[in-house]
Amino acid sequence: MPAEIEAGNSLWSGAWHRLKQNRLALGGGLTVIAMGLVCAIGPLFAQSYEDQNLDLGAVGPRAAHWLGTDTLGRDLFARILYGGRISLMVGLVATFVALVIGVSYGAIAGYVGGKVDAAMMRIVDILYALPFTIFVILLMVFFGRNIFLLFFAIGAVEWLTMARIVRGQVLSIKKMEFIEAARALGFGRRRIIFRHVIPNVLGPIIVYTTLTIPAVMLLEAFLSFLGLGVQPPMSSWGALIKDGADKMEEFWWLLVFPGGIFSLTLFSLNFLGDGLRDALDVRSAKD
Amino acid sequence: MLRYIGRRLLEAIPVMLVIITGTFFMQRFVPGGPFTAEKAVTPEVERNLEAYYHLNDPLWKQYVDYLWDLTPKRFHPLALTQGFDLKEAFGIDFRPSFKYPNRTVNEIIADKLPVSLELGLLSLGVALAIGLPLGILAAVKRNSWIDYICSSVAMTGICVPTFVLGPILVLVFAIHLGWFNASGWYGPIDRVLPSLTLGSVYAAYIARLTRGGFLEVLHQDYIRTARAKGASEARVIFRHALRGGLLPVVSFLGPAVAGILTGSFVIETIFQIPGLGREFVNSAFNRDYTLILGTVILYAGFIIALNLVVDVVQVWMNPKLKFE
Amino acid sequence: MMSRPCRFRAAVLAAAIGGALLGSGCRRAPAAAAAPVRQVLRFGNSAEPQDLDPQNIQGITELNIVLALFDSLVEMDPHDLHPVPGQAESWEISPDGLTYTFHLRPNLRWSNGEPLTADDFIQSYRRILTPSFAAEYAYLIYYYVQGAKEYYEGTLADFSRVGFHAPDARTLVVSLKQPTPFLLKIIACHYVWDAVPVKTIARFGPVGQKGSHWTRAGNLVGSGPFLLTEWIPNQRIVVARNPYYWDAGQVKLDGIEFYPIDDQNVEERMFRTGQLDLTFDFLPNKLDTYRRDHPDELRIDPWLGIYYYNLNVTQPPFNDPRVRRAFALAIDREALVKDVMRGGQVPAYAASYPGTSGYVPRARLAGGVAEARRLLAEAGFPGGRGLPPIELLYNTNVAYNRAMAEAIQAMWRQNLGAAVTLTTQEWKVYLDSMQTGHYQIARAGWIADYADPHVFLEIYGTGNGNNYTRWSNPEYDRLLDRALHAPDEAARYEIYQQMDAILVRECPVIPLFYYTKTYAISPKVQGWWPTLLDEHPYKYVYLKN
Repeated sequence: MPAEIEAGNSLWSGAWHRLKQNRLALGGGLTVIAMGLVCAIGPLFAQSYEDQNLDLGAVGPRAAHWLGTDTLGRDLFARILYGGRISLMVGLVATFVALVIGVSYGAIAGYVGGKVDAAMMRIVDILYALPFTIFVILLMVFFGRNIFLLFFAIGAVEWLTMARIVRGQVLSIKKMEFIEAARALGFGRRRIIFRHVIPNVLGPIIVYTTLTIPAVMLLEAFLSFLGLGVQPPMSSWGALIKDGADKMEEFWWLLVFPGGIFSLTLFSLNFLGDGLRDALDVRSAKD
Repeated sequence: MLRYIGRRLLEAIPVMLVIITGTFFMQRFVPGGPFTAEKAVTPEVERNLEAYYHLNDPLWKQYVDYLWDLTPKRFHPLALTQGFDLKEAFGIDFRPSFKYPNRTVNEIIADKLPVSLELGLLSLGVALAIGLPLGILAAVKRNSWIDYICSSVAMTGICVPTFVLGPILVLVFAIHLGWFNASGWYGPIDRVLPSLTLGSVYAAYIARLTRGGFLEVLHQDYIRTARAKGASEARVIFRHALRGGLLPVVSFLGPAVAGILTGSFVIETIFQIPGLGREFVNSAFNRDYTLILGTVILYAGFIIALNLVVDVVQVWMNPKLKFE
Repeated sequence: MMSRPCRFRAAVLAAAIGGALLGSGCRRAPAAAAAPVRQVLRFGNSAEPQDLDPQNIQGITELNIVLALFDSLVEMDPHDLHPVPGQAESWEISPDGLTYTFHLRPNLRWSNGEPLTADDFIQSYRRILTPSFAAEYAYLIYYYVQGAKEYYEGTLADFSRVGFHAPDARTLVVSLKQPTPFLLKIIACHYVWDAVPVKTIARFGPVGQKGSHWTRAGNLVGSGPFLLTEWIPNQRIVVARNPYYWDAGQVKLDGIEFYPIDDQNVEERMFRTGQLDLTFDFLPNKLDTYRRDHPDELRIDPWLGIYYYNLNVTQPPFNDPRVRRAFALAIDREALVKDVMRGGQVPAYAASYPGTSGYVPRARLAGGVAEARRLLAEAGFPGGRGLPPIELLYNTNVAYNRAMAEAIQAMWRQNLGAAVTLTTQEWKVYLDSMQTGHYQIARAGWIADYADPHVFLEIYGTGNGNNYTRWSNPEYDRLLDRALHAPDEAARYEIYQQMDAILVRECPVIPLFYYTKTYAISPKVQGWWPTLLDEHPYKYVYLKN
């Protein structure tokens, strides 16, 4: 007789268990959380990000300024912290918006199929083609300089590709036996989509999400380069990196430090995403 | 399948109409016009300019006139061989640009699109050549150090943005080593650095999505069956897993290829490439109404066509699907 | 924890950056000096020109190319831009200043060999004043020439009643509606008075209509030292020697290549690899490196332009001149120029450019931070308390606007206790905001079209289209009108002094600095003297070995 009965495992508790065992993913997750905390709380203890010291100008790392200063004499470490707040917020919020809309939209279109799918995908085509720059200028003009507007604008664009990828995945599992079984059991469409279809296409969704976050951050940098993003003296990682790239020959720290921290965050997110994907992939765990 | 394609092409017409209408009216609501300049035009000049460009007609009339100009009115496709002139061939008139009054939008696109296409296709080639092997290798050797290296190299394409990678490549290879020009699009050698830079970003996406897609597939039952039957690893990958594994990449590539073929603003600025990418952004900033519409229509055409191709390919890749 | 792939990635990045830093000091080894240098000037020209029809352009980019292709009645001296004979070998001005008679040289020709006569000028002016042609710079003609404005507006249909006459093929008579002491300077420095080959234009479409193909390479016919041989949009424009130019013997260059490069980083890299001989602009952060390592390649020339902030005087708090003066005085211009701009710019304490054709304003924004605080308190806002929210608007397409705005915002905060928020707008939205008065403080710049103090002072007249401050001062307007009727230059300049004094007292704008033109130039280039308008007649330029 078996000593104990094997305890039942839902998808999520099993996933959490597997995730905990993946040290790389854990490390990535902890780094991201640490980064978020540092950027959220750090500014309370750091120097001002906007106080200028024109006589000093741009100088390299030293005791008074751990990561150096920019060309207006502002402390780079503080600017990276404040910039991190903006970038992480934009990255996470805009991606979350894109995720929620994109996944639901793509799953519904893919599962329901037929004319509904055709209409929904044609709307996606239309939204793709409309000029983004003009859209952003219009938003900024009509609704002012609200940063949440930025998230909205970026999220409004990123969900489109997410929807297409999700739809593609849903189409491929739509005809599988377990979905037919759920239908045979009499489950409604909404339940099937949200509780059976979506959890099984999470893999590529997670991977694409880890790709969307940096894309969103860089899109914000592009917008601020065009005058449409976050307002000075506030900055963001993308804007700091752009500034550093212009000046990298003279003031290398302006590129290396923001770029390094940006890369570190993305790599951590990447490993976390891979870990999540592995954790949620029931079949591969059993091998 | 042909019926499906035919239906999609028919659907493209209302889609295009909505896009044109949306863009036409959106661009008029933005403050500033094509003639808003630092030295203000005097009222007399402004009156004459508006009269010349029919900007003082009622907006609905301008819209209808524009739509009429866009409608194909004749059919001489052979005219396309002598300079890509849509007006001669089909009676489609995109009108002159506002910013460059002696060039028509048609001419501008005909001059710049081939450049963007060339850059785009080369970059796509680079991206696929780097991204696919990295992604497949990473998936097959999951969680080994080969996986970590491949994934990391791929991630570099995203972490190092093009506006950083481009100048670094120019500094190292063009200025320090002197192997290339610092910028320009004169000869074949000028294609190298731009396509490497642009390709690196897409390589990253392709590698990551391929890895994710393959991981989904490699542990399916039918793969285990193939392995149990004694198939070699290569055969497993290329004959059995490929179709399913590439699924997310294919979905992504539809709009991505449309984007890459219509040019990249950043790459064209860094390398001084006379492509269409900059026009997408600059036409909006110049409020060049006709050029905005021309580029939007072109891009929409690419999106519609490529999404159709992707949908067809997806059905081909998954035998369980049918055209609905 | 630094896992292995992170270290790997870090090493790759470090190697790349290291390589970049290595490359930073380096430049290409110069080619063997034995071969004689090709007399072709390669010129970075900022942007793709809109057109090359002198009657249909507005920008500096276009001006640089048109200067090579078209000549004018009166040319510029290459050192100080004073008018010297061009296509006109002599001229007379009537005592009342209303009639100019130009005598053209014999045997003037267009670049296709056809003769260039006074009638060509008449036809050109007719074209630019045609209402349906809608030329943007036509006002530089119709402000001054009798009947021109009416013809342009369409109220006068008969062009023979406009003040241009050609009694014979070599004489051109221009009749003005009021004395215009700086007319010759306009004609010398600005392309709008150049003659265009109307007979050639007619072969490509209706003469009075924009957008024909006559300006394409191979079609374009001009009168200048060079002719257009190649125009690949967004790549390169090439001009070559014009044998029909009346002074062709003076011209030493065989050709010029113009490259439309809009990114200054790219331009600088191209200069370093030897792809360019001259750049259009220069980045402040590279100035120190060049000053130290390549001082003979860097030029910082004075430039006839002013960088300033417009104040909207119709809204509080800037409807009070004391507040305006306070904000104007509370800025440390020396620090801005030294630490932010770093380009040898000159701090501006008056609205006129000192040294414009010999005019130096005596008026000056004098007084420091203490005076500023006193004024602000007097106006009812001691220590900055009680000030309504203030927004400073600027456009981002010029990199240092932001640095300037941030620095000045900090100065106002520190010196006045005034909290000013910064807002950027995209270029056209920003222009629209300024032009419609939807701003409080807005950054502005003004580059002169011709070298005369009038060009700066006329902006502030009531109702002038470029007076975005909406400031109106009847005494100022009276002086502006009197200046045009002044008996001689000295008297005219005295009137301008009074106008500058009013501007300094009333402060509708806050002058910040006078521009300099910073650019990189290869030491091979000769004959490129600094001029206030940054216009360099190409016939004096050549490349030495």
